[in-house]
Amino acid sequence: MIDLILDTTTWALLIAGGLLLLITGLGLLRLPDLYTRIHAGGMADTLATFLIFVGLALQSDDIFVTIKLLMVIVFVFFTSPTASYALAHGSYVAGLKPQLDGFGPPDAHADDEKKDAP
Amino acid sequence: MLRAVSLFLVLMAVWLLLSGHYTPLLIGFGIASCLLSALIAWRMAVVDHEGHPVHLGPKIIVYWGWLLVEIFKANLDVAKCVIFPAKYLRPVMFTTKVSQKSDLGKVIYANSITLTPGTVTVDLDNDTVMVHALTEASADGIKNGEMDRRVTAVMGET
Repeated sequence: MIDLILDTTTWALLIAGGLLLLITGLGLLRLPDLYTRIHAGGMADTLATFLIFVGLALQSDDIFVTIKLLMVIVFVFFTSPTASYALAHGSYVAGLKPQLDGFGPPDAHADDEKKDAP
Repeated sequence: MLRAVSLFLVLMAVWLLLSGHYTPLLIGFGIASCLLSALIAWRMAVVDHEGHPVHLGPKIIVYWGWLLVEIFKANLDVAKCVIFPAKYLRPVMFTTKVSQKSDLGKVIYANSITLTPGTVTVDLDNDTVMVHALTEASADGIKNGEMDRRVTAVMGET
């Protein structure tokens, strides 16, 4: 019984993590410039990593393997924002301007929600 | 000196958790290597409030829990943005105040902003931080200053 619950939870976590990685890949191709693509990459670094490693940690019989898998999450969470900052700061210092307009009116999405509501 | 002892204890705990082999010989090697590492770090004078921030204590654990929930919510927002860019994608760039005094507090705040998808720290100055946000909503999440307040509370600078 407990095995079934663990297996189902692992499946759900791995599928959710894999789906997020797929969306990350889509975002890297689809978003317009470097700064917005960093945001897409951030999904793979944070929630996708978290879901996949927690899912794997549930499957190990050895407590030490579980601890090691969970520590990987901690290390990735410490290092990945530093790498993202280095990339964003480097591009900013080198003079790359973020693309900020040409995305339609700022309140477009509020209007859409009003139209959807009734 | 007290900090070096505490660094040795933390190193030893990590060694015991990661090793899994508990024979006298291997534990002896573990103690020797942790002692050597702590000694070298102490001689290099890198065991200070930045290198071994043990004074943050349990408050930082509570903050990580809150941050994890924020990361979860922000991930769903960014995923929405990638799937429907025409509807949600509105990038903005803005500067905001940093209220932490110490370098460590500023780094924790700036890294927390970057760790939350949808907002990336682009530049960190003395008391301002430049942020690139994917949507107006994620920008408002930084501008309302809740994360800033929480990091300041963790640092004990109020």
